[in-house]
Amino acid sequence: MTALTQPIALARESRATRAGPSRGLDRLFRGAAYGSAILVLLVLVGILASIIWGGWPAFAEFGPGFVTSSAWNIGTEQYGALVAIIGTLASALIALVIGVPLSIGIAIYLTQLAPGWARKPVAMTIELLAAVPSIIYGMWGLFVFAPLFAQFVQTPVSNLVEGMPIVGTLFYARVPSGVGILTAGIILAIMIVPFVASITRDMLAQIPTVLRESAFGIGCTTWEVMRHVLIPQASVSIIGAIMLGLGRALGETMAVTFVIGNANRLSASIFDPGSTIASRIANEFNEADGMQLNALMALGCILFVITFVVLILARTLTRRVKIA
Amino acid sequence: MDAMTPIPATQAGGSPVRASRVRPGRRVADRMLRIASLLATMVGAVVLGSILVMLIWKGVEGFSFALFTQPTPGPGSEGGGIANAILGSLILTVIGIAVATPVGVMAGTYLAEYGRGSRLADVIRFLNDILLSAPSILIGLFVYTLMVRPMGTYSGWAGGVALAIIATPVIVRTTEDMLRLVPGTLREAGAALGAPPSKVIMSVTWRAASAGIVTGIILALARIAGETAPLLFTALNNNSWFSPDLMGGVANLPVMIYQFALSPYGNWQGLAWAGALLITATILLLSIVARVFIRDQRAR
Repeated sequence: MTALTQPIALARESRATRAGPSRGLDRLFRGAAYGSAILVLLVLVGILASIIWGGWPAFAEFGPGFVTSSAWNIGTEQYGALVAIIGTLASALIALVIGVPLSIGIAIYLTQLAPGWARKPVAMTIELLAAVPSIIYGMWGLFVFAPLFAQFVQTPVSNLVEGMPIVGTLFYARVPSGVGILTAGIILAIMIVPFVASITRDMLAQIPTVLRESAFGIGCTTWEVMRHVLIPQASVSIIGAIMLGLGRALGETMAVTFVIGNANRLSASIFDPGSTIASRIANEFNEADGMQLNALMALGCILFVITFVVLILARTLTRRVKIA
Repeated sequence: MDAMTPIPATQAGGSPVRASRVRPGRRVADRMLRIASLLATMVGAVVLGSILVMLIWKGVEGFSFALFTQPTPGPGSEGGGIANAILGSLILTVIGIAVATPVGVMAGTYLAEYGRGSRLADVIRFLNDILLSAPSILIGLFVYTLMVRPMGTYSGWAGGVALAIIATPVIVRTTEDMLRLVPGTLREAGAALGAPPSKVIMSVTWRAASAGIVTGIILALARIAGETAPLLFTALNNNSWFSPDLMGGVANLPVMIYQFALSPYGNWQGLAWAGALLITATILLLSIVARVFIRDQRAR
């Protein structure tokens, strides 16, 4: 990184010749900077420690069965994470399947095809939309999208596929209410599009124009320039951007809690309500105590592990590109 | 930039027929890409646009003078406003930023000035990036364990700390990035005058990067203003004006929106939409201001 090539390393030894009050201040300042940096480290360690500590009784009680059990019974104090884990992964996967092609399409349009005057304002609007709080997407999903979705997608599709093998279970809504895993996935997709699209756009825009021009110069079509020049150049960082989007989708709470239906049922249909780890914590945590609280903390641990693996992958991928 | 950039028409003796200049397969692939990416942009624009339109539509409907003067109404009662939630959100955000700014700026300074090339700085930089996109609900769980459980009550302080933890990585990241933009010669000039490192940083580097650092703080403000999940278990909510010591639940916009939107009462839902519009408008405004600041910084 640039740190190593920068010529100056604020001479640590320069203070050796100095005395007086400014030296004390200098030490204090350095200490404060160091302490603040360590604090950032401690916060992350603290987050991990606190949820492991909170979730430990649940892990100890249910053992590995906690992850594979689909029970969530507050009366009998039987808890398992399977439904929430599957809901989390399924909704995030749906979000990627829908959101990634949209984002890449938008990025391509903005960098390659859009008329010059439209590029800047549209790109800026998309970046701004990435700042809209997720609760807004959740409200829109529940009040605007879900009723339309129930009426125009769930009901007709359910009627169409009823009784068919495989699709008949996968796309059959027992109660077409509009909320469910697929709805959550779609809302998540809408939420991550501005984010992934603006990162991908930045990555594509960073590729030197010369590369693109020489490809056009030998007679490539826009598709060929994208396929053989730009995408290979930016692929690693685009995957990094997608992983960042995935990290968001996995850990998103508010947008999902509104529209997933919050049911603890393992259902084969993506039209049926379910729950994610984050939505379950948001729903139950304030009323929980005893083992339920521990089980929710343990769910938090699992979410921590899943998202952090994804985020570490994402950061490593985007980082490698910046060095190259 | 024309996709149909002509290939030298050597075949067929320079026949002017277009189809012979670009193989149909190539042309179809190219058209498909154009159409697909245009469609993607249109779908994105329509969906995101409709969210904003809906938000403005429903939000403006709920706007009234009482919104800013009256506290949130009880269940089933008429009218009411969201004044206590607005004030509570302001207080929580101010606590969050007041804690996050010194820590974030100092940590960013460490990464950019003192920690260059050190292993520790690399680790912290990496973890800060992770923290930047960590699920905010986990931060809520952490602060719950750290503050709410020991103190035995939800409190505004816990909410402020949760927001500070979310804001800090944003400030660290922008501060470091902006300090790195400051040319090394400036620091050398300061050091050559005999100023100790702390003096160089405070009166040369920081000053040169000030617009960028302020941008980071504004971005952090925009980020925490709409955060809901970490407040659920820390500040919670409250239907009345809070006590000045901030103990017990503190009303705030995001949690108010969450609870009111899911309530069966019409006037509560209206207030939720009004609050949502208020928060989104604030955040968009902050983001635009941040952008203007950053343009100033880059232009220098």
